[in-house]
Amino acid sequence: MDPRVALLVGHADDNLVLAQRLGGWISNAPELEEDIALGNIALDHLGVARALYTRAGELEGLGRTEDDFAMLRSEREFRNLLLVEQPNDDFAHTMTRGVFFDVYQTQLWAHLAEDDDPVVAGVAARALKEAGYHLRHSSSWVIRLGDGTDESHRRAQAAVDSLWGYTGEMLDELGPSMAEVWQGAVRSILDEAGLGVPDDGYQHSGGRQGLHSEHLGPLLAEMQWMQRSYPGLRW
Amino acid sequence: MDAAQLPGFAMVTSTPMVEVDRARAVASAVVDPEIPVLTIADLGILRDVAVDGDRVLVTITPTYSGCPAMTQIEHDLTEALERAGLARVEVVVTHQPPWSSDWITGEGRRKLAEFGIAPPVPMSQVLCPNCRAAGPRLVARFGSTACKALMVCDSCGEPFDLFKEF
Repeated sequence: MDPRVALLVGHADDNLVLAQRLGGWISNAPELEEDIALGNIALDHLGVARALYTRAGELEGLGRTEDDFAMLRSEREFRNLLLVEQPNDDFAHTMTRGVFFDVYQTQLWAHLAEDDDPVVAGVAARALKEAGYHLRHSSSWVIRLGDGTDESHRRAQAAVDSLWGYTGEMLDELGPSMAEVWQGAVRSILDEAGLGVPDDGYQHSGGRQGLHSEHLGPLLAEMQWMQRSYPGLRW
Repeated sequence: MDAAQLPGFAMVTSTPMVEVDRARAVASAVVDPEIPVLTIADLGILRDVAVDGDRVLVTITPTYSGCPAMTQIEHDLTEALERAGLARVEVVVTHQPPWSSDWITGEGRRKLAEFGIAPPVPMSQVLCPNCRAAGPRLVARFGSTACKALMVCDSCGEPFDLFKEF
């Protein structure tokens, strides 16, 4: 695949997989407002994914549509970051994953908003505003949970400990200068929350090469079963 | 004889103009499915209407990346234009430049406030659309649709939607 197309598909996959994950909270969130918030954030990610798949399909020139990318590729063909496919687990995990990813996306979109491709630049410029809004939501929760009760602190710290090992592959992609901004922003949120990062520096990687954790397959099976069972089905 | 007095002159030169004006008027009147007091022109979603032969090309820009109303808007536009006798309608969605709440017209802002939705301004400057009191509280950053947040006024006690500044 053309590297340019692969890059757009990878970013689209991040957004689609996270949208599907966040959708899992609908009707299960701790309060009604959270149900709505997570549903709204999921919709933003889904919209970005659709626009980027469409653009990737146009650039590729083989006639693939957004649905072909989303619904008819297998696990090994998905190029999303490992972080976004991690299970929702408890609310602290979901919000911590949100902080790590939202800060990454604020860097990514600011960069892509200057892209030579006007379509990508337009999608990125809009997504940049949305990522900032998502981050305000996720960071306010991580701070509240980390700086809350013993139980909420314990859970928030457990979330940081289990997800920290999935941040390295994002930072490698951003490159040193944007990674430094990411580190500064994330660590200041964690400091305010009274949370620390694990000493063990081990980092998982492979998402962009299609090498996923055991969690992506079941997510895709649930998301794609209808298109797989009834090929060509339309609403 | 002056060319303008030749039979058929007026039709030849003014028809495309009239067609595009008519298409624009029809497209501008299509309402937003989620905030039906506003038209897509009021919201700044409608970017361009062009006529090319018997084809009508309408360009729209979504408010938010995931605005679920876009498909409905495309459908409503096509239906309205076809009903007006403009057969070949093509709706194009463009992301560049990205939509901004600054594109909501003055008329749109007035209608929003009348409908009970605070028009987009920085959060600290929001006035209660019910009693005009300053300093309402933010209840939830994410409201009933992607473009709104939920607030409540401590003066009159009314909860209301704020159209987010974006």
